[in-house]
Amino acid sequence: MSFLDVLYFIIPSAIYYAAPLIMTAIGGVFTERSGVVNIGLEGVMIIGAFSSIVFNLKYAATLGGWTPWVGLLVALAVGAVFSLILAVAAVSFRADQTVAGVALNLLGLAVAVFSIKMIYDKGQTDSISERFSRFDIPVLKDIPLLGKMFFTDVYGTSIFAIVVAFIAWFIIYKTPFGLRLRSVGEHPMAADTMGVNVTKMRYIAVMISGALGGIGGAIYAQAIAGNFSATTISGQGFMALAAMIFGKWHPLGALGAALFFGLAQSLSIAGASIPYVKDVPQVILLILPYVLTILALAGFIGKAKAPKASGTPYIKGKR
Amino acid sequence: MSKRVVNILVPLISIVLGLIIGAIVMLISGFNPVDGYIALWNGVFGSSYNMGETVRQITPYVFAGLAVAFAFRTGLFNIGVEGQLIVGWLAAAYVGSAFELPKIIHLPLALLAAAAAGALWAFIPGLLKAKLQVHEVIVTIMMNYIALHVANATISALSDGGDKTEKIHDSASLRSPFFESLTDYSRLHWGFLIALIAVLIMWFILEKTTQGYELKSVGFNQNASEYAGMNVSKNIILAMVISGAFAGLGGAMEGLGTFGNITKMTGFTGIGFDGIAVALLGANQPFGVLLGAILFGGLKNGGLNMPNEAGIPVEIVSIVIALIIFFVASGYIIRVGLDRLSKKKKEGK
Repeated sequence: MSFLDVLYFIIPSAIYYAAPLIMTAIGGVFTERSGVVNIGLEGVMIIGAFSSIVFNLKYAATLGGWTPWVGLLVALAVGAVFSLILAVAAVSFRADQTVAGVALNLLGLAVAVFSIKMIYDKGQTDSISERFSRFDIPVLKDIPLLGKMFFTDVYGTSIFAIVVAFIAWFIIYKTPFGLRLRSVGEHPMAADTMGVNVTKMRYIAVMISGALGGIGGAIYAQAIAGNFSATTISGQGFMALAAMIFGKWHPLGALGAALFFGLAQSLSIAGASIPYVKDVPQVILLILPYVLTILALAGFIGKAKAPKASGTPYIKGKR
Repeated sequence: MSKRVVNILVPLISIVLGLIIGAIVMLISGFNPVDGYIALWNGVFGSSYNMGETVRQITPYVFAGLAVAFAFRTGLFNIGVEGQLIVGWLAAAYVGSAFELPKIIHLPLALLAAAAAGALWAFIPGLLKAKLQVHEVIVTIMMNYIALHVANATISALSDGGDKTEKIHDSASLRSPFFESLTDYSRLHWGFLIALIAVLIMWFILEKTTQGYELKSVGFNQNASEYAGMNVSKNIILAMVISGAFAGLGGAMEGLGTFGNITKMTGFTGIGFDGIAVALLGANQPFGVLLGAILFGGLKNGGLNMPNEAGIPVEIVSIVIALIIFFVASGYIIRVGLDRLSKKKKEGK
């Protein structure tokens, strides 16, 4: 394989693996920017993957090619509702946010597998018939070099994820809502004094992350896995969390980090057929995202700093 | 109501609420919750085999709970127990199978290797926290995944591409033919005695030593401790290392007792995450952790009987456990509720 062939092969594959991570990491950016730590992204993704697969299996015959896209909407709604559990615990009940997130992860997996066993009487669903499909983008695909790299055999979900990242950047940095969101995450008391409803902002942020995390899980399930079992989502939520931190709590940073982690993931899966990469032990590629995140946190790759109030419940009147 | 009573009531109410919602879930799914909980009860106490298996299940939970609780007492949140447990398990299985030594040396050596591996895995987040103020929660989560992948790669290398390591030698084994015959050939092993000793050790360190006092003090207020002349970073690292050692020993229970080797894993064991629940329920007290481990070990092992006897998927137990964690974490609202209740009573009089 020539170097160019490798690029043609690996770049689409990296974007393909990155799409669910981008979605979920952007969701993480919203919550953390509002001052709520969301360790429960993994659980949210599981619920999203589960609900989209169940929907897909049930309605594929009636909806045809649109099924996976409607499945995303279903996952969006289910994810947002599911994340309310975290919002209630972390914002209203002043629970330790990390512990509540851990509970969310356990609950997501348990509820999903329990329901699968109830509905299908077995631990794993059948494969879905209507998956996300690839297509070539007209005109753009004819650009030399880049066309073959970025615009042939693309998944709609990948484009969708990248667009969402830019929209998130616009919302967080260019709108009044985004300014309030960030102020609530940095200094909730000051925001409260200025008339921003801290509780409301945090509820909205957690639900946005639930919606995006749900979509992330649904993309993974309907584009990559093709079915649902207890191990369909195994660590993608935490990898999205890592991408959010590696991207320094910034939507476009998270986008870049998620693309990079997608590359590491696709290399670890397809690396055996690529020259040079096949000499690298697979384990190195598998642990790379996590090692890089630790290094980023430690300040070796630019200092990553969390929003100031992230992780602390806001108690009115407390200094 | 006195503070002490409230502190005991909050976990109890959480457990009851968890079980009630579990029952509601069973009702909605078309099962009889009474049958379900009877099956759970029988899964714990129904036969000597089940009782032996339950105690075996409790053993690693005690270690995982102690690990989380010990870090909590120093103001640290160790979510990395899962990873520390895996590397401890791997180290124990390796030392158990690679060397041939007399039992009196081999078994302690294998346990020590597990504790050291867990301690090393926790040392990294401890060091980063102490020296660079990096939040330990994220680092320990990342370390979990690194542990999982590194362990799988090591198992592969040790077994020439196989899926599991060789069985450990008898000289490193915690298995006990006596307990096995006593409990109808369950996998009950000597580990539970080591777990009880570990509970005492944690109590002793925290309550009876100067070092333990320093650790708790750093957990309460870092600045005050620093002004009092304590070395805060040293205490943070030490707390993580001790916590990791407990977690590593938990892995040794699986490696030297239950399984006698280590198999490649597609996902986490879950013991480390359940350890968070155990520690919270036990209010981070050593003896509380023991009680928490007994409850969750009982639930986990008893739950295995629910599909057979009542036809209910075993995940219902995980739902109940997650709910209990949720309610314990939301203790604030339960306290408010209790407060209102006791005030009403007073007014009534």
